[in-house]
Amino acid sequence: MSFQKSKFHHPRLPLNELGLSYRDYEGSLSTLCAGCGHDAISAAVIQACHELSIPPHRVAKMSGIGCSSKAPNYFMNRAHGFNTVHGRMPSVTTGANMANRELIYIGMSGDGDTASIGLGQFAHVVRRRLNMLYMVANNGVYGLTKGQTAATADLGSHSKSGEANLFADIDLCVMALQLGASMVGRSFSGDKKQLVPLIKAALSHRGFAFLDIISPCVTFNNHATSTRSYDYVHEHIKAAGVVDFVPARTEIVSKFDNQKLEDICLHDGSILRIRRTDDDYDTHDSRKAVAAIEEHKAKGEILTGLLYIDPTPQEYHEMAGTSATPLSRLSQEDLCPGSRVLANINASFR
Amino acid sequence: MNQKINDFVVRFANTNGTGSASANNMFAKAIFRMGIPVSAKNIFPSNIQGMPTWYEVRVSDKGYLGRRGGRADLLVAMNAQSLTADIQSVESGGYLFYDSSKPLDEAVLRDDIHMLGMPISMICVKEYSDPRQRQLFKNVIYIGALAALLEIEFQVLKDLISDQFKGKEKLITPNIHALEIGFQFATSHFECPLPFRVERREFNRGKIMMDGNTATALGALYGGATVVGWYPITPSTSVVEKFAAYCQRLRIDPASGNKNFAIVQAEDELAAMGMVLGATWNGARAFTATSGPGVSLMTEFLGLGYFAELPAVLINVQRAGPSTGMPTRTQQADLLACAYASHGDTKHVLLFPADPEECFSLTARAFDIADQLQTPVILMSDLEIGMNDHLCCELEWQDDYQYQRGKVLSAAELDELERYGRYLDVDGDGICYRVLPGEHPQKGAFFTRGTSRDRFAVYTEKGDEYVQNMNRLAEKFRTAVRYLPRPECREGDKSAAIGLIYYGSTTAAIEEAQDLLRDQGLSSDCLRIRAFPFHSEVQDFIERHQQVFVIEQNRDGQMRTLLTMELEQDPQQLQSVLHFDGLPISGRFIAAEIVARLAREAQTQEAG
Repeated sequence: MSFQKSKFHHPRLPLNELGLSYRDYEGSLSTLCAGCGHDAISAAVIQACHELSIPPHRVAKMSGIGCSSKAPNYFMNRAHGFNTVHGRMPSVTTGANMANRELIYIGMSGDGDTASIGLGQFAHVVRRRLNMLYMVANNGVYGLTKGQTAATADLGSHSKSGEANLFADIDLCVMALQLGASMVGRSFSGDKKQLVPLIKAALSHRGFAFLDIISPCVTFNNHATSTRSYDYVHEHIKAAGVVDFVPARTEIVSKFDNQKLEDICLHDGSILRIRRTDDDYDTHDSRKAVAAIEEHKAKGEILTGLLYIDPTPQEYHEMAGTSATPLSRLSQEDLCPGSRVLANINASFR
Repeated sequence: MNQKINDFVVRFANTNGTGSASANNMFAKAIFRMGIPVSAKNIFPSNIQGMPTWYEVRVSDKGYLGRRGGRADLLVAMNAQSLTADIQSVESGGYLFYDSSKPLDEAVLRDDIHMLGMPISMICVKEYSDPRQRQLFKNVIYIGALAALLEIEFQVLKDLISDQFKGKEKLITPNIHALEIGFQFATSHFECPLPFRVERREFNRGKIMMDGNTATALGALYGGATVVGWYPITPSTSVVEKFAAYCQRLRIDPASGNKNFAIVQAEDELAAMGMVLGATWNGARAFTATSGPGVSLMTEFLGLGYFAELPAVLINVQRAGPSTGMPTRTQQADLLACAYASHGDTKHVLLFPADPEECFSLTARAFDIADQLQTPVILMSDLEIGMNDHLCCELEWQDDYQYQRGKVLSAAELDELERYGRYLDVDGDGICYRVLPGEHPQKGAFFTRGTSRDRFAVYTEKGDEYVQNMNRLAEKFRTAVRYLPRPECREGDKSAAIGLIYYGSTTAAIEEAQDLLRDQGLSSDCLRIRAFPFHSEVQDFIERHQQVFVIEQNRDGQMRTLLTMELEQDPQQLQSVLHFDGLPISGRFIAAEIVARLAREAQTQEAG
């Protein structure tokens, strides 16, 4: 179910460059469990899009099936959404993007949707370098079907019913890195300071941006023996850097210690600013990123932050050489060769 | 044997991968260019190399384009592996043309057929040093010999060679030389011509010879398709390959060099169909092409397309099922799987092209129908239409024709609405108004989903809203008939007791079947179904005839089932004539089945 929120809002709410307030980026009232990490992700998306002054109607909200895939209902009511079938959000988004390269694509998926039924489609959308933000709200558990273990759950972690997970987890960031995603980050739904800049950077990045967002399930996976509970994640988190995002056209004010700052210029002129907490960490080397993820994991830590970015990536349309005008907007004149050409074609079959 | 002009069957027995296809095709094309009706069938294994393959050419002054069936008048035996069976497949009194480089095993010989031996392999060894050339020119040499035996105009063959090697002129002279080797040998060693031969006619004016997949690809191009997601599968692969090739020629923007199309070879058929739905959701025309096993995988998305009401065009080039079935043999056995693809109450629009010309026109039209009805449309082609060359009318396009995009609201139209409802049946025809993403800053946004929703696209599990929505979809399906091609009905003097119903590739055999029935004193009317859901003419036709035979190429009489269910027809009134061995149905088979059925009935009545 989705419940509509009241349209009333305080007249003095801050407005962005489009004259829109935070409330203009909201969606329906959430029907997820109280305290669900996914709602925090929705809130982060709302804040990021508002701060970036993204026209809500130019966003396409794509999702599959599962708690996570319901989430696009809860942000940006003015955007069109497409709640596809289980695990197939990537292919539908691919087709949508092929048809109209001008919309901003936000794919929202979960661990079941992406790492199990949709693993094949996930792998291939990364390969295709689709210009989109692909977010996984990762809680290591199946919520809608009430508590089954997901493929991202750690080996040996226990389900609510006490059963130990026999199988190794799939690390989606490692997969995305190996398959060529041009931006990869991991975050925690409870860490808005880190998550909002990452989402803003991903939306400004012209290429495939992947964010794995650990989002504890309060109902089925927040118990003492889980490695995806709030407490466990808080205790084991390790940031690769502090991330800040400076939108284009705004004055850049440094908030950090200059010694460890790095500025990455994105396509629209925005700056992604990283302050290192780990001197060895190199955000431009995907192989080192994989190694760092594995090393921290071996220590029982979850490495978060911006893990990798290619500042000059290629996306699908550039590689394919498609028309700059969205294909969906080409006219019959652009597309139909007409009867004279057909007469020549007929002649070649005589 | 009596002299026969333009009325015989030649069958070539070759080995897969030896380059015989283009030579055999040249043989059929030469007869076509002489103005004589001709049909050609590839009969090939699901294998790349080394297995037996056949090519059957029927020449018919009467214009019969279906398979004749039965044995061949002339068999060109170029495959030692299949020789024993090939010798058995020659008509008594017919001819076997074979490679006499090695002596034949006497045990397999027949004394009721004529033997035409030519030491082709030995000749090739002498003529060519390169082993591949020895192999390739062998095929051209036997075509030269057939030209002498059947009086095919040599100039026509020479022109074909010139056309085929345009741009590779070096190859023209050696190919013509090979033709001459065969021609000279036949003239000096055999009694030419044979008792059956060809003679120039003028029957092929305004006709072309094309395969259905090429025509389908052109239909998609002319219909304005820009996005393709696909996964290769026999026998549909060439639809997308040809589409890509024509797009490369005709859809590159001259100013920028950019492509006005996008094709992605997906990871599987599921993704292929997902891409199509994503693209049409955004307002592009999109299609995919597949065959039975692919349809199985696309079924989930077909259900979403139906329920979320998204246009899509699916080209199903049917092959023999079930499961992997016979991948390179033809059938019409996906009807029910396509008509009701997906779980729940789901129904899909089907189109049945009969030949390449219709593959072109119906594919182009399919995009309009899908947009107008906001639902998937499935073009039910098959291997026989799709992969074989057919004599058909030239493809036609009216330049003043405008694409029909159906009910799509512009931003200006949205502005005039007080409240937009995606699933409001404003016009009472079951078809609602849609809005494309990104069109309007404030109005018209909604969630496209496979779950139940109310008229304003808000998720709901209320029973009455669900029932209303499902009933509207049923109403839309009834409305669909208005947008679909009418059946083609041919009735004589209205006195015929027998009605024949058929569709798709079966069409080629019908005229001959009717003639054969007439020879036995049985007059018949016929009706060709071109679309599902059915027009009322179909029901009228059934009711006008005491006995109706539904002729189709599957085991279970799937069209009969569909007619019985959808028209609430008494099953007793519809009898099946079924052919499903993987080869195209013949007029002989149809006539013989009907005659036998009627004879059995007469016997039963007498006994009763």
